[in-house]
Amino acid sequence: MELFSSLNVSKQFSGHKALDKVSISIPEGSIFGLLGPNGAGKTTFIRIINQIIAPDEGQLFYNGRELKPNDIYNIGYLPEERGLYKKMTVGEQSMYLAQLKGLSKVEAHKRLTYWFARFEMSSWWNKKVEELSKGMQQKVQFLITIIHEPGLLIFDEPFSGFDPINASMLKDEIIAQRDKGATIIFSTHNMASVEELCDHIALINNAKVVLAGPVRDIKKAYKTSTYEISFNSFPGELNDILPSAFTIIKEWNDHDLRMATIRIPADSGPNQLISSLLPNVTLHSFSELIPSMNDIFIRVVTENKNETVLQL
Amino acid sequence: MHKIILIIKREYLTRVRKKSFLVMTILGPLLMAAIVIVPVYMATRGNELKTVAVIDQTGFFFEKFKDTDNIKFHYLVSDIASAKANFRKSGDYALLFIPRTEVSIPTNAILYGENNVSINVISYIRNVMTKKVEDMKLEAKLKDLQTDKKNPLNVEDILRSVKTVIDVNTIKITDEGKEEKSYTEISMVLGTFAGILIYFFIFMFGSQVMRGVIEEKTNRIIEVIISSVKPFELMMGKIVGVGLVGLTQFLLWVILTFGIVTVATSTFTSKGSTKHSAEQSIVQNAARYNPDNLPLPDSATSKKYQNEGASEIFAALSSVNFPVMIGAFVFFFLFGYLMYGSLFAAIGGAVDSEADTQQFMLPITVPLILSIVMMQYFIQDPSGQVAFWFSVFPLTAPVAMMIRIPFGVPYWQVALSMGILILAFLGTTWMAAKIYRTGILMYGKKVSYRELWKWLRY
Repeated sequence: MELFSSLNVSKQFSGHKALDKVSISIPEGSIFGLLGPNGAGKTTFIRIINQIIAPDEGQLFYNGRELKPNDIYNIGYLPEERGLYKKMTVGEQSMYLAQLKGLSKVEAHKRLTYWFARFEMSSWWNKKVEELSKGMQQKVQFLITIIHEPGLLIFDEPFSGFDPINASMLKDEIIAQRDKGATIIFSTHNMASVEELCDHIALINNAKVVLAGPVRDIKKAYKTSTYEISFNSFPGELNDILPSAFTIIKEWNDHDLRMATIRIPADSGPNQLISSLLPNVTLHSFSELIPSMNDIFIRVVTENKNETVLQL
Repeated sequence: MHKIILIIKREYLTRVRKKSFLVMTILGPLLMAAIVIVPVYMATRGNELKTVAVIDQTGFFFEKFKDTDNIKFHYLVSDIASAKANFRKSGDYALLFIPRTEVSIPTNAILYGENNVSINVISYIRNVMTKKVEDMKLEAKLKDLQTDKKNPLNVEDILRSVKTVIDVNTIKITDEGKEEKSYTEISMVLGTFAGILIYFFIFMFGSQVMRGVIEEKTNRIIEVIISSVKPFELMMGKIVGVGLVGLTQFLLWVILTFGIVTVATSTFTSKGSTKHSAEQSIVQNAARYNPDNLPLPDSATSKKYQNEGASEIFAALSSVNFPVMIGAFVFFFLFGYLMYGSLFAAIGGAVDSEADTQQFMLPITVPLILSIVMMQYFIQDPSGQVAFWFSVFPLTAPVAMMIRIPFGVPYWQVALSMGILILAFLGTTWMAAKIYRTGILMYGKKVSYRELWKWLRY
């Protein structure tokens, strides 16, 4: 079941195409990575989801029906460019923003009190925002994003500006939100965090979706049948014991062991590699090299000139 | 709707709670009170001796103008033309001319002077004339009553029929011997004051709107907010919220100024003389014609007039049609502000910092400043072509019309000006909303007029 989807959404800004027929579907309860190089159109797409700007063409669906103006109460958005009113107190400001998201005064106060206690920031309530550190402000902003318990949460580069302790706390909180049933769109350049958090992704490049699907499937599709082995030294050359179709990409020494990465043809399996190795060497480790999201990102974006679109 | 009220509330409360608001609220009335009190104070002092020549064609007022400590009267028998010709040589302060009237009771007089004649002198002359004319009317009335005994004596009727307004026109005799009507002072003061106030409010609160928008942009809070509300709601909420701050400040100023002025004037002027109403004097006069009572000593009245300057200003103020003045002021203030407010909001949305606002501020400030610069012309000729066109063109109308209104403006002109202003307000708001909507999401981009034009057509 998908919580949100877009169909052929296009947007143009004075001659420049920001989005070109973008179709994305986000499964309910997933953490969805929205990836892409700078200027690819991610922010434009997020703004369209938030109904800050309207698409020129295309349709948007929320929970199986067309997106309505009132759906903004079901969306929490933490923009990349974010800030607070510097001269207002934290409490007043949080109350204001929570009420703008449709909470009643009483309800807003109740929830904020709970969350402020949970994040250990109750003592900030009467402080002005300008008295807080940047990290503290980020915490307040995160809290305001989730306070109305929306079904869809959008985080645009949420970890920028956080120290490692707060970043890991934030990561746990994002996962906790997902476990409570929220669907999360997560836009970032940080591929490590995509690897860690996302189960689905869409990669946008030059206003187009060039890659989309579950992370596991994408990785599988980008596997190159490359294996890394480590073995004891032996007198011969590795090349001589392998079938000629196998290619050695790299060979090196690591302390007492010899290491190598080997690519095998698509029609042969890892067992063939092992069986050709075993009579000659003492194998210490054997693993398949799975491409990282970082590799896939770079590969797709640099190869994108061929306009290959892969939807999984 | 609920959300726009939240926005208005925030904009209002954060501004009203600022220290600068409190400071302005206290300083404003002190300044305004000083503007009102100082001339009153001067008027009540002015102890330099002034001689006034009197030509009384009616003959009713012979010997009626008693000399006071600083006004001396002498009667001329020459005709008005030669008196005017000799006026500059005579060294007199003013020349009072009471023309003969066809109807038996005179109600107007002309006062010639080299400069604007002091309000003190005018008020003294007006009071003496009023009293004399009222006496004459009362005398006639009482004679009627004596001859016609059947009619019951109704004091209220008599008082009403006796009440008189004397018109003292002041005319300035210039160096070239030319005459020009001097402005009706109260209208001029009121018009100027209202015009400057509107100018000031539009500038002050319009730029507060602009600064508010820029603040939201540089704080980067804008994107969070417009994911909850429409940009138009945010813009209008801000304009209305700041406007309410302006109205609050204005009301506080009016209340405090009145408070200060009342307290201050009551300390300058002895009690009783400020409360010198027409009714009282008539009752006193009536008492004199009652044979059973002793006549009141005349000298008491002339002494009293020396302190009348202050109450005279208030009397003059009360002659102005305040409901119309205040109604028009509120309208032109409100719509002028709303129109300019949306333009200021658009500028705020288009730029990244206050330093970038200059190029866009110019076309907005020029009409405002022009209408203040042209103020002199509006006052000299309030119903002339220039004044008319300025008070119809929406960007100058709020100031120009407010300057004209105390002088009396035909209703159709007021209606026309108001109608155009409302249309202009709708137009600028529509335009501003478009520029604002696009501008608030643009960071770090120097915007040109061409760019704005593009945004308008999105």
